[in-house]
Amino acid sequence: MFRCILIACCALLAPAGALLAQKAKAQNVPEIPYDSVPNLIKLPDGLYLGEAMGVATNSKGHFFVFTRSANTRLFEFDQTGKYVREIGAGSYGFEFAHSVRVDSEDNIWAVDEGTNMVIKFNPQGRVVMVIGHRPEVVAGALATTFGPAAPAEKYTLGRPTDVAWDQQGNIFVSDGYVNNRVVKYDRNGRFLAQVGNEKAGNGPEQFNLPHGISADLQGNVYVADRSNHRLQVFDNNLKFKASYDNIGDSWTTCVSPGPHQYLFTSNSNPNGNAPGTWENTGEIYKMELDGTIVGRFGHASKTFGGFQVVHMMDCRNPNEIFVAEIESWRVQKLLLKPAGHEGAHK
Amino acid sequence: MKRHCLILLAAVPLLAQAPEISFTSDVNLLKYPDSVSIGEVAGVATDSKGNLFVYTRTGHPTISLGTSRPFAHGGSRLYEFDKTGKFLREIGQDSYGFLVAQQVRIDPQDNLWVVDQMSSMVMKFDANGRIQMLLGRKSESEQVPARPLDAPPGRAGRGPVGAGAQSDIFQRPTDVAWDAAGNIYVADGYGNARVAKFDKNGKFIKSWGSKGSGQGQFNSVRGIAIDAQGSVYVADAGNQRIQVFDSDGNFKTQIQNIGSPAAVCITPGAHQYLYSSNSNPPEDIDNGGEIYKLELDGKVVGKFGRAGKLPKEFGTLNAIDCRRDNELYVGEIGNWRVQKLTLH
Repeated sequence: MFRCILIACCALLAPAGALLAQKAKAQNVPEIPYDSVPNLIKLPDGLYLGEAMGVATNSKGHFFVFTRSANTRLFEFDQTGKYVREIGAGSYGFEFAHSVRVDSEDNIWAVDEGTNMVIKFNPQGRVVMVIGHRPEVVAGALATTFGPAAPAEKYTLGRPTDVAWDQQGNIFVSDGYVNNRVVKYDRNGRFLAQVGNEKAGNGPEQFNLPHGISADLQGNVYVADRSNHRLQVFDNNLKFKASYDNIGDSWTTCVSPGPHQYLFTSNSNPNGNAPGTWENTGEIYKMELDGTIVGRFGHASKTFGGFQVVHMMDCRNPNEIFVAEIESWRVQKLLLKPAGHEGAHK
Repeated sequence: MKRHCLILLAAVPLLAQAPEISFTSDVNLLKYPDSVSIGEVAGVATDSKGNLFVYTRTGHPTISLGTSRPFAHGGSRLYEFDKTGKFLREIGQDSYGFLVAQQVRIDPQDNLWVVDQMSSMVMKFDANGRIQMLLGRKSESEQVPARPLDAPPGRAGRGPVGAGAQSDIFQRPTDVAWDAAGNIYVADGYGNARVAKFDKNGKFIKSWGSKGSGQGQFNSVRGIAIDAQGSVYVADAGNQRIQVFDSDGNFKTQIQNIGSPAAVCITPGAHQYLYSSNSNPPEDIDNGGEIYKLELDGKVVGKFGRAGKLPKEFGTLNAIDCRRDNELYVGEIGNWRVQKLTLH
């Protein structure tokens, strides 16, 4: 009986609560037209993408896709979308893909929220460093998913979500679903600092699901603070600088390499797709680093050219955005067009 | 005592007195190499060329230990055969959504629609075997020990929990169908008690139904089929009826006295027929099992077959393909096989 009452209350409160929590989005933002490259990926027979969690390009224009199929797998494609190879096949660190990023030396970093690990592959595809530790199998299956989080420890990650680096090679990990913090390690993986902790919160230097991370040339760190409906900015020592909260839910973020750097953030449509959500979510914002919105592009849809839960993007070229979508098991390459161009997706 | 009598009466359905339709069966239609394993056949369907697609449970999904959460992998496979039964290929190897096979259907454009009961997904493959559209989302992880079957499903990310919400997250869906405009209707299912409607681009429009026995309520939605006028026929197995709705979900009528409808199929021709199986549960092969052939208004034309393990008998029939009026392909969970039936 108690349970019934509780459920009834939650059912009544949930929609209103969700609406209240969502902060007002920027109005009258210019639409940036774009084309999505048709048939981008050519997969060999017998190979399939599952949920496309991460996509990242290297300096040669090859792109890497981290995907959840029956097993989590990491694939490399060339500039034309031709399949090149699989990296880390059967890796002990691969269980439940979350993010892949490529650093300035073309190392490939995979973030796995199932094994709680960040794995660095060199350009040849060999593991050269790991951060975090996969729980021992003898500890048994974990019976609960959303229980209280253990205190955040320096080298134990709790469903980490993403990784970024500054110019010195320091490593920033957003951690994650269980912890609510960002950790800074030096280039050799030694702990330096953190902001946030295991507890969720909505004040400055607190997080509620830090879900994506990127850094600019000055070493500032941009964190997609997804369930707080904002993007937080920190200096290189993880001290709070700013919060951008007019861009919907920030699921993932990307800073282009410059010299004029842009900041991208995705207000991805949520899982569940209740009627009405597609009208208010799905767009990606292009911003100046100071938070000024330049424009927006994309919309929620299952059809080609639209987005069905963008989970990650690559912005090595700020006019060629790769997006990985969870619910359409797809990677798209978007060619953004200068203002006034006709005939592209809106 | 009185109450017991009522329950007994309710449990023994009236079955339509119907003429027996004579038929023959080919149980050795499918030929496949040793490397291919056919388990419980949950789905079988033909395309316009007559090729056969079989969605089969070939093993239990496995759970990974030593991870942040328990994750389920594998368990079902999708195979294609030509019309002579020769093995052609596997489709969707290692797919993220293939856990416990439930159904496969082919639309008029020869796209393959695969329904998985455990991943709670409906996956549309094109004729080349590549994903074109996805409905629903697999639970990210599983609970150990498992949830009770009537409990809410696992969470698909941080999205809402299914349980009848106006959401495109399913709970053990069973079947899929389309109307002439390409709108998509999902039978949802064992867990939910509803029908979910999407437009042809996969945009969620609405769902209707709730748990119960009244008009527009369901108790185990096992199958769905749509006629040329767009009427929606829903196999409401637990209530021992097929409910008929218009395309907006308004109740029109119900068809009873045909046992517990599980697999349903409507023929495509000018004169459309409805097939419905009174599938036996796996633990009882001594009752039921027959297939009914009906007019769309519910009039029984005839019935054939019964539960059992021999050719021309059926073991927990889960799929009927009726692209041709009197040539049926049926998939059996209980007997791990496909039979080709020719009605006379």
